[in-house]
Parts: sequence; C-alpha cells; structure tokens
Amino acid sequence: MSNQNVMATVDAASRWRAGVMSALVALVVLLLLASLGIGPVRLSPLTVVDALFGGGSDVQQVIVREIRLPRTILGFAIGAMLGLSGAALQGLLRNPLASPSLFGAPQSAAFGAVLIIALGIADVRSYALPVAAIMAAFASVFVLLAIAGRNAGLLILILAGLAISSLAGAATALVMNLSSNPFAVLEIAFWLLGSLEDRSFHHVILALPFIVAGAAILLSQRNAFRALSLGEEAAQSLGVDVARLRLLVISGVALGVGGAVAVTGTIGFIGLVAPHLMRPLIGHDPARLLVPSALTGSALLLSADIAVRIIPSTSDIKVGVLTSIIGVPFFLYLIKRERRALAGGVA
Amino acid sequence: MTVSAFLTAHSVNVKLSGRAVLKDISLALSAGHLVALVGPNGAGKTTLLRALAGLVASDGAINVEGEALSSLTLRERARRFAYLPQGHIVHWPLPARDIVALGRYPHGATDPARLTPRDTEAVLRAMRLTDVMEFGARRITELSGGERSRVALARVLAVEAPVILADEPTASLDPRHQIDVMKTLRHAADEGALVMVVTHDLGLAARFADTILVLSDGRLVSQGAPMEALSEQIMGDVFRISAYRAEFQREAVIVPWAEI
Repeated sequence: MSNQNVMATVDAASRWRAGVMSALVALVVLLLLASLGIGPVRLSPLTVVDALFGGGSDVQQVIVREIRLPRTILGFAIGAMLGLSGAALQGLLRNPLASPSLFGAPQSAAFGAVLIIALGIADVRSYALPVAAIMAAFASVFVLLAIAGRNAGLLILILAGLAISSLAGAATALVMNLSSNPFAVLEIAFWLLGSLEDRSFHHVILALPFIVAGAAILLSQRNAFRALSLGEEAAQSLGVDVARLRLLVISGVALGVGGAVAVTGTIGFIGLVAPHLMRPLIGHDPARLLVPSALTGSALLLSADIAVRIIPSTSDIKVGVLTSIIGVPFFLYLIKRERRALAGGVA
Repeated sequence: MTVSAFLTAHSVNVKLSGRAVLKDISLALSAGHLVALVGPNGAGKTTLLRALAGLVASDGAINVEGEALSSLTLRERARRFAYLPQGHIVHWPLPARDIVALGRYPHGATDPARLTPRDTEAVLRAMRLTDVMEFGARRITELSGGERSRVALARVLAVEAPVILADEPTASLDPRHQIDVMKTLRHAADEGALVMVVTHDLGLAARFADTILVLSDGRLVSQGAPMEALSEQIMGDVFRISAYRAEFQREAVIVPWAEI
C-alpha cells in the first residue's frame, strides 16, 4: 500500500464517523422532541416547538416548558453523562466491562444521598445532597481502583465492584432500617429505583453544574485514553501522567454520577451499554468513543423515559428499573462474549 | 566518563517494594551506539531500562544530553526516550497506522486523524523502515505476532527520539524477524540514536551491539565490546554456562553451549 492509500483510509474513516455522528445527533433531537410531546397529553412535534418558544395555548406552554422540559433536559444530560462515564472508565481501565454501575458508583452515591436525607442534615432540595452523593461516588471508585491495583484484570475489577455495590446497598438498607419515619423509608425506596418523573428546574439547577463539570473533565482527557491503549507504562513513556489521569477520571465520573444520582436515584447500565453499541460503528479508539457514547447514553435514557410513559401499567414503572431489566441481560451477554478473558483472569 | 557521553547514570539505586533491585549502577553511553543489556532472569534489566526512562523512581543521577532527568517534564522526557515495553501490548483493536501515530504523541500530535505534515512524514518513514505500510489500515488484532512487533517498533521509531529503549524486542519472534528487528534498531543507531536493547539472546547481542552491559543481581558486572564483556569468565560467573565463540563474516558469534 502506498503512502497516499494509508492516509486516504484515515480520511475515509473520519468521513464515516462524521456520518454516524450526524445520525446520532438527529436521533437525539427526535427523541428530545418526542420526550417533550409524549405524556398524558400528546403534542405533535410542531406544537412542541411552538410551545417551547412561547406559542400555543397557556396549557401547552406549561406542559412543555415547566413539566416536560426539565425532565427532558435531565434525561438528556444524565444519559449523556452515564454514557460518557462508561466510555471513560473503559478507556482508563482498557476494559470493555468497566462501567460506573458495575463498580458500585451509583449505589454508593445513593447511599451518600440517603444518609443526608435520613439524618435530616439537609432537605432534599439543597446542594448538600449532590455533594454527599459525589463524595460517596468518589470514595467508591477510588477504593475500587486502590483495591484492584494497577493493570487489574477483569475478574478482580468485577469482584471488587460487586463487593462495593453490595456494601453500599447494605449501608443504604441499614440507614432505612434504622429510620424512624416509615414514610421517609418508602419515599427513599422509590427514589432508589431511579426516575425522571416530576422533576422541576430546581433539580436541573441542582444536578447540571456537576454533570457539566464532570463531562468537561472527562472530555479534556480524551486523547490520553488513546495513549493508554498501549498500557500504562507505554502511555507514561509517551508523556501521559497516568496517576493524575486516574484521579481526574475518578473525579469526573464521581461528579457526573453523583450529581445525576442526587436528583434521579440510581439509573444503571447505560454506561456499560452505550460504548458497546458504538464500537461496531465508530471503532475501538477509546478517545473517539467518548462523544458518541454520550449521545447514545442520551438516546437510551430518553427512549427508556419515553417508554415508561407509554407502557400501560397500573402504577408507574421507574426508568431505573427498565434500564436494569434491559441492561442486566446485556451484561450477561457481554460476560459470555468475554468468557475467555474472564477465565484467564487477564484484561 | 567520556566527553561524548549522551546518557549517563551515576550511582543509581532502585528499590521496588523494599527490595534493592538496582545497586550502584554507573554508566556512560554514547549516541550512535547500539547497547545490549543482558543478564539472567531477575537481574534488573527491565528496571534499569525503566529507571533510565524515568518510569521508575531512582536515587542517584541520570543525565541525558547534559540535562538531569529529574529536571525534565514528562513531555520533555517523552521526546528524548522512546520506550518499547515487553510484549507489544495493545488493549484495543486499533488500526496499525493509528498505533504508529501514537509515537507522535510527545510532539503534541495526540489525534492520529490530525497530524501535521511533519508528523505524517515521521509516521510514514517509521512505517517504511519497519515494512508495515501494506497493513497500515488493518487492525492490530488481525496481524501475526511478527507483524505486531514491527508495528510496535514503528511506533517507537516514529517518536524520532535520540534514545530508544527496547525491552526484549525480539522475544517470541522467529529467527528471520529477530534479525529484521535487530537490523532496524542497528540502522537507527547508525543514524545517530542511542539504542539500548534488553535481550536474552546473547548471539544477537554479540553480533549487533557495539557495547554489551552485563547485569547480575542488580549490579553492572561487565561492560565493553561484545567479546570482552561476555568473556569466558563472565559467562561462567553470571550465566553459569560455557559458550562457543567464533567470528563469522567479521562479526562476533557467541553460542551458549553447556551448563557449568
């Protein structure tokens, strides 16, 4: 192959990726409109756009701008953050089974938030909630990576993640167990299931700054993930400060996941699934997977949140339940696919 | 210490989890030389390579081009030392060409789709030297072991660093590929780089290296031209073997023969 050919394949690959990205953006825009239009009162996309910019009837404006817009923004931002976190963790650990939920980050964040609620330290609408969730998420991922050590294999990471999520779950159960107020317990239990329902702009303001900060940190490190493809030592020799990168990724994931969990409860498996859906389309380059995985995460969460509004049922299905119902079988499928690597205990 | 010394180490000690792995290593190496680092398993060869590249903390002084290693930033080090770890690990099935392009990372080219003309030139040159052009667009996982090792070597050459540190670049390669790799590294040395190769193959070391360093239990026990550094005495003391020694086509031949 000549020089021109080698470089021409680079251009062809870039064009293909740009095409995939445009399609993803279009899909997310469609889902945003659908999310604003679907509910007890169905609105056409045109009516939605009209109401969004101050047209239509007062009722339509209230439905779109005050009821459905915060929910849609949260669905978009949290889905994106979960997809991005999954892709970033997979890049950092060079491991296709890494994801915040398998590492117990959302469960730990939930524990942090529940503790604050149960102890009555702050009310549910204060910044104490996301801050506690972020701190707990940071601690969980930090401890996990410290236990697993450098160059940890799949098996160690997943076992450590299982232990940490079990611990966080047990600690949450303990807090609920000790709580004297049965109504608070019930509310916490439902909140833990994960939902975007009845969220206001107050929730958006509570979560968004942390999500944006977390996403910015993760995206700023994207090229380091590519160098890490060669292993930590080679990456270090290329000028990547691997210890600093680890800390930044843990912080970014904790900020995003903690912020998200504080307003929606735990929504799992989007971080695991999104990068896998993108690899066949975008390729395996961990740096190029970040943004498409974020968009895919948005599309997944928005779809799931639309689905729970459409699926007929006697009581509300929580979106976190739906993502887990779909995500866990997908995880089992991945385990089957990665069976050889798991049995060998090497990444 | 010679005046032309390019890379020097003075009383370098390294401890890994409390154990002294390198003990009082001092050396001075010149640009344009191929240096082979040999020694039994566990002698500290890889650790010495890592210490020289600043990948492992050491006490003592390491200087490159007259500058203290400790005074250089991570990126400055990355431009001076191209480091090839053992095993040619690549965790994701990336196209070979993108892996070679990672060699330009220390020069600010962090995205293989956005290379400057200068970076592209270096990448193509490295790919030509290692003869990997034909499978540049293929994924690394689709390549054979020999092809992968050439891609890894191309990545290291693309850095265009004055010092190349390669850890067992010929391990698990067939004889033809071993010679290919050593010739490519020899060529880099002839073009002015200081090339340091860890190897267990004393035959390849004796034939291609200008200088051989013999490490035993963390100490530098012998250094010099191949035949002197690998004297019968050293072969016996360090490797506990005897060797067949000869000259063929005016190059040194050492064939490990029998245990002592």
